[in-house]
Amino acid sequence: MFNLQNPEVLRTWMLSLIIFLPAVGALVLCVLPVRGDQCLKRFSLLITFVVFLLTVWAAIPAGGPANFEVGKAGMQCVVQHEWIPSFNIQYYLGLDGISLPLVLLTSFLSVLAMWASWGIDKNVRAYCAFFLLLETGMLGVFLALDFFLFYVFWEVMLLPMYFLIGVWGGPRREYAAIKFFLFTLAGSVLMLIAILVLFYNSDPHTFSITELARIGQMPDSPFSKNELLWGRSVSWWAFVLLFIGFAVKLPSVPIHTWLPDAHVEAPTPISMILAGVLLKMGGYGIIRICYPICPDAGYELAWWVCGLGTVSMVYGALAAMAQKDFKRLVAYSSVSHMGYVLLGIGVWSATAGTSYNTDYWTMGMSGAMFQMIAHGISSAGMFFLVGVVYDRVHHRDLDRFGGLFPKMPVYAGISMIIFFAALGLPGLCGFWGELFVVLGTWSFSKTLAVIAASVVILTAGYILWTIQRVYLGPEYKGPHAEALRPMSLREKYIAVPLVVMAILFGVYPKALFDYVAPSVEKTVVEMKNWTENVAPSLKKVGWDKRSAVPPSAVGNVENVVGQRCARPTLLATADEQEAVQP
Amino acid sequence: MNFEQLFQYVVSDTVGAGGSLAAFRPELALCATIIALLVAKVVLPGWKSSAYHVVLIGLGAACFFAFPWEWLQLRIPGASDYPTARAIFTGVLVADHFTVVLRGILLGFAVLFATFTQMTGVWDRDEQTDFFVLMLGSLLGMCLMISANHILIVMLGVEMASVPCYVMTGMKKDQPRASEAALKYAVFGAGAAGIMLFGLSLLAGALGSAHLPTMTARLVQIVHGGAATEQYAALILGGLMLTVGVGFKLSAVPFHFWAPDVFEGATAEVAAFISIASKAAALGLLVRLAAAFSMPSGMAPLPMDQIASFAAVGCLAGARDFIVTVISALAAVTCTFGNLAAYGQTNMKRLLAYSTIAHAGYMMMGVAAAAALVGRDVPGAKYAVAAVLIYIGIYLFMNLAAFAITAFLRNATGSEEIADYAGLGRRSPGLTVCMAIAMFSLVGLPPLAGFLGKLTVFLALVDARLWALLFIGVLNTLLSLFYYLRVVKVMVVSPEPLHREAPTIPLTSSVGFYCVLLTAPLVALFFLLHGMMEWAGAATMSLFN
Repeated sequence: MFNLQNPEVLRTWMLSLIIFLPAVGALVLCVLPVRGDQCLKRFSLLITFVVFLLTVWAAIPAGGPANFEVGKAGMQCVVQHEWIPSFNIQYYLGLDGISLPLVLLTSFLSVLAMWASWGIDKNVRAYCAFFLLLETGMLGVFLALDFFLFYVFWEVMLLPMYFLIGVWGGPRREYAAIKFFLFTLAGSVLMLIAILVLFYNSDPHTFSITELARIGQMPDSPFSKNELLWGRSVSWWAFVLLFIGFAVKLPSVPIHTWLPDAHVEAPTPISMILAGVLLKMGGYGIIRICYPICPDAGYELAWWVCGLGTVSMVYGALAAMAQKDFKRLVAYSSVSHMGYVLLGIGVWSATAGTSYNTDYWTMGMSGAMFQMIAHGISSAGMFFLVGVVYDRVHHRDLDRFGGLFPKMPVYAGISMIIFFAALGLPGLCGFWGELFVVLGTWSFSKTLAVIAASVVILTAGYILWTIQRVYLGPEYKGPHAEALRPMSLREKYIAVPLVVMAILFGVYPKALFDYVAPSVEKTVVEMKNWTENVAPSLKKVGWDKRSAVPPSAVGNVENVVGQRCARPTLLATADEQEAVQP
Repeated sequence: MNFEQLFQYVVSDTVGAGGSLAAFRPELALCATIIALLVAKVVLPGWKSSAYHVVLIGLGAACFFAFPWEWLQLRIPGASDYPTARAIFTGVLVADHFTVVLRGILLGFAVLFATFTQMTGVWDRDEQTDFFVLMLGSLLGMCLMISANHILIVMLGVEMASVPCYVMTGMKKDQPRASEAALKYAVFGAGAAGIMLFGLSLLAGALGSAHLPTMTARLVQIVHGGAATEQYAALILGGLMLTVGVGFKLSAVPFHFWAPDVFEGATAEVAAFISIASKAAALGLLVRLAAAFSMPSGMAPLPMDQIASFAAVGCLAGARDFIVTVISALAAVTCTFGNLAAYGQTNMKRLLAYSTIAHAGYMMMGVAAAAALVGRDVPGAKYAVAAVLIYIGIYLFMNLAAFAITAFLRNATGSEEIADYAGLGRRSPGLTVCMAIAMFSLVGLPPLAGFLGKLTVFLALVDARLWALLFIGVLNTLLSLFYYLRVVKVMVVSPEPLHREAPTIPLTSSVGFYCVLLTAPLVALFFLLHGMMEWAGAATMSLFN
């Protein structure tokens, strides 16, 4: 059964191994009979590294052990077992082009963050155990395809994160930790209601996300047909509740207020994980769950989603500009950058008039996916860099920095690249996500596209201003000037992979788009088909009544499509663009 | 029927083939244990030290008789071969799957609980025998409560379960708080019992019977015949007064005032007993009453075809609406109040008292869902009761774990203040993990079993379309996070005070082992939902038929 020579066995166990290896590591860590803190940290680093290797191995295109096919849409490496038959709950895992990059990002950042934890010297054993448990939760969220399992992993993350902020954080750690916990739990209990409602309205009752999506997109879906409360359908309520749950994590204005506190108080490695991975779960949930399961609500609320995304972008950028604390600035920049993700996903659900053209949607959603990965790299990098300088001078006051360039040239150089990547400079990873989101938005609403594009100016404003205040200037006048020594080898080892990834994705975005595109395309086409076949019937009968008529009863959609489907020739599609760029 | 015939009938009903006594053996075992303890105390004064062993033997015998061995052989889905609901002792009690499973839970709890009191050694030898007698007596009353089929048994069961609890609360003679708590509990209990008795007599008078199935059948007839307003008034008043009595046992708001004081005054052991066993039995009674009045049962000696047809056209809809409204309102208020009041608590037992109140609210939500569903979806109603049973089963472990750790820490530090737990995370990491598991399970965070209790109950609420209640339940989960988390936070995060050291309790000690024994199921049961569901599903087979 455990014959590793047999690729089938490995394929079956691969995903489970990826998820549970850190948890097993955490258990082993609790009883490991060693005294030295270094030993414990090394052991944890080893575990995270093995997990990283496993995920990379899984990502090797066809022929690799997991036999992941890059050009294939839909779930691969699926593991599906009955778990709780009385509720039809399954142990159901799978990988596709949307989850794989996020899984890779998670395992990659976990290694770096664990390595960045060398400075932790309080209760190292507990710290490492919580860290590994957190990694299990994060990987599980991206791999689970059963809603129950997803929810379990989603919650499993909360406790380690609470303690990691609450015990090892900064001066206001307890406040920040409980705020993080309460906000996320509030979101997740709302999500729980949605899960239960969807479970109850599906027939046969199921928690399987893929199955729920199939039911949600059916022409005569019970989700859009059944009224839940106040004249709104099951689908509408489920979408709203799920969306709030994910938007807390994302985070979107106005439920972002936990983020600046949590990020600022968390220790550096945990800030890296928070910004790099946890925020992505919100975006992932919306792409994977909200839209496929509740397309009609997404269609109806597209303006709200896009509006929230735009407001987050503008608000986050303006707030970042006003910060005096270096880490807080980076935290608000995350709010702003994740706004792009929301906008990119949101436009995807919208149709420009009645032209059922998937190109813009694909662009927006690919942009959102790209932005998530790019932000994972750049924000983790920024938090790490802030941590590096904080370790030396023990303050983060932007007004008391300046003149770091001559004292720490390598550090300043790395910082420039990472900050410019966050800014969205062409040639670095931040550029593609923003570009595609803005392009995708154009067909949905020119106003929003213009606003989104001009946020880049605000971003440039606060990033350049930060660089000026921190790195440039004649000399450093703040406290602990004597401690400003160049980066250590370990710090370089952590920063350099991030720089490499930022540049790699900047000049060769195809590396990522190749993985993402087929799955995104598939989701978008499904949504398009739904909008084309089902949405008009909903509209025709009256949005409030929710009594969908079969698609055959709908008028001749084809003609309309034929007239309006003229594709703009100036703007190539996502795929064509990426083919041109490298 | 002359006297001799009547006598013959009673004899054959009681001891004849398949008679009532056979189904009553677990209770008889409890009675025998009580007598054995009392006699031994008089006859062999030097023998007291082994009271615990006698109790274990007695409970073991009771478990043996109570445990559905037949089912195990048949696997649970085949439990239909087990004789279904059967009225025993000429109809005052009902022996069915629900009784068997809930009684099993109660007896299993009693075994764990007796071990717990033995370990903490809170009573000296003299007191311990008395304590066990009281505990077993109360347990006997609880067994009657959950199998009640007659309002006399309702009253008798509630009183039998309550009176020993009053005494146990005040048993620590050297503590004035304990006596005060006992007095408060007794006065409150007496008041509630009086009101309940009044309500029961009103109901019995208005419906012309004291046998629950007959009362329901009469209710159907009366409603169908078009009752007078006064009759309805008497019924509603009776129903409300009955609610007061059951609400007192459940510590439902606004009949909860005794709970915090009693929990604080009594020892943690007694508080655990009141919080778990008493609550489980009261819920069982609530389920019995709700089931009896929302669905006519075949056990009434009346022409049932006609009554069933009347009931089918909605003659019981009013009664169901009444039950759903009253229980929902109580559940919502109880849950919210319990959680909000727990915020300000600094004493662990008081905090757990409010937590108990809040959890009673969650469990009552399941009963409300069952009553709401019974009219249109009997399997759904059965599922709702099963959800309540699952909740009770899980609640047993998580609450007992919390109380046990509180008691062990009291033994070690002499304090039950939450603030005095600071530094435990460093000194006794294993015990802290156990407490954290219990607390987070009480919040209902996966992957701990407490989540499943909430999940199943909430699912029943979705099924019953009780949206407001669902929203309140979910919101309360959020509210409860804060104070449970605070306990763990003090243990883990707060700095250790300089003037004293936190106690060191390793998991390898017997105390530590007991804590593991209670908390391990909280993790394990999470993965065994299917098995629990099968058991709970089997337990509800004979309800609502």
